[in-house]
Amino acid sequence: MLGANGAGKTTLLRTISGLKEPKSGTITMDERSLVHKRTEDIARLGIGHVPEGRGVIGEFTVEENLRLGEMMAKVNLQQGLDEQYEQFPVLGERRKQHAAKLSGGERQMLAMARALIAKPSVLLLDEPSLGLAPLVTAQLMHTIHSLCETSDLTVILVEQNASSALRIAHHAVVLHVGKVVANDAASVVAADENLRQYYLGLVE
Amino acid sequence: MDPFLTSRIVTDVLGGLTNGVIFGMVALSLVLIWRSTGVLNFAQGAMPMFATYVGFALLSYHFGYWACVVACVIVGLLIGGLTERLLVRGLYGKPEINPIVVMVGFLIVLEAVAAAIWSSFPRSLPTPFSFKDWQLAGKPLALSPFTVYEIVTALIVMTAVAVLFRFTKLGLQLRASAVAPEVSRLLGVRVGRLLTLGWMLSTVVGVITTILVASNLFQGLTPTVMDGIFAYGFIAAAIGGLESPVGAIVAGVLLGIINQFVTDYVNQNAVIIIALVLLIVSLMIRPSGVFTKRSERRV
Repeated sequence: MLGANGAGKTTLLRTISGLKEPKSGTITMDERSLVHKRTEDIARLGIGHVPEGRGVIGEFTVEENLRLGEMMAKVNLQQGLDEQYEQFPVLGERRKQHAAKLSGGERQMLAMARALIAKPSVLLLDEPSLGLAPLVTAQLMHTIHSLCETSDLTVILVEQNASSALRIAHHAVVLHVGKVVANDAASVVAADENLRQYYLGLVE
Repeated sequence: MDPFLTSRIVTDVLGGLTNGVIFGMVALSLVLIWRSTGVLNFAQGAMPMFATYVGFALLSYHFGYWACVVACVIVGLLIGGLTERLLVRGLYGKPEINPIVVMVGFLIVLEAVAAAIWSSFPRSLPTPFSFKDWQLAGKPLALSPFTVYEIVTALIVMTAVAVLFRFTKLGLQLRASAVAPEVSRLLGVRVGRLLTLGWMLSTVVGVITTILVASNLFQGLTPTVMDGIFAYGFIAAAIGGLESPVGAIVAGVLLGIINQFVTDYVNQNAVIIIALVLLIVSLMIRPSGVFTKRSERRV
């Protein structure tokens, strides 16, 4: 999901998760409507949501944050933790530390690991690269890409950083003031000069 | 040291400890609600008082002490849960003064209704423990089977709450719902139910405290039985830091002991003044509470 500030990207994700009521339209997953469902029930259906600003609980340790993610999953806690520590080794090293002490990139990893530990089928990521150094962003995009490649996980990625998002996405939707202005394969959107210039701010 | 002075100090510490654990429990119940719902519950003394009246109304039907205690706890769970659902639920996210006004109003209503039903005459609760102080070298020790019952019960309740919050899944969810409700819901935590549960737990801690207070030979149960104790519990919670259960308990116990020394060496009327001075000084030096890690707090 691409688009400028105020395009409605975050609103869309919050509506999917039931934090906002849609005025019209439908949201379905596996032929099940998500409209009018409670946020916690939507989460339990397998939609992980890493909100803008990551939502990591600073006064909890890394491990407590992760345990919170595991609450509703039917996975074995230790196994779930081990998997995430393998995926994000830095979290394993800092498991006893308070999340407030982590760097921006580490927090993003923690937020993602916390969502992933519940084994969601859809992961909503809201601006994961916000405030991260370019190198960290590149690593993060790589991680997201490999997650999609190695599992059945569907990721809906909201980004302002259009070029790095388009590089890893299969499909792209461009929003402008609440309206869809493009909805196509990522490579097609990336190649569209008009879109690049007027909506994505990508000028050669 | 002069043996007389030693025994006086021991007596003061023991007497203070007995009051202190009570203050600590009231402070703990305030912290439980503050941490889980961000509401400063001014009816934290009155709700358990009401539950205790209802529970001990069974006594006239010849149910024993322990059956009445169980009844009080059950009624406390109900009152706590219903209060959260019916009175407090609509107030989250509103200015902080709103829940305070509502809960002060609720306090007044509960005390008035209790007085109307059961009168404001002290009602003595029977206890299974003796009030007779043990002797040490021929002198009374300010320690009786009843005070041991009081202290042991308080320790059990405090330990149970600490274990719940620190080591259990439920405790983790309760803490998370309090500090980050939206994120918790995104992780599938049923925040609404946990808020209700937080109020239920806190009311039960209050009920156990009220039973201990009202069972005391010299006190008895009255509609306003918890008013004064609530004030000290509140001071302890503010000194200890509203965020910190351990801080609340430690501050409560210390306050109890200090009160006892002030009563013994200065004057009983000076107790509340000294307590308020302690509160003001601690708020000036460490506004977020002596035992909290957070650097600031809205007061």
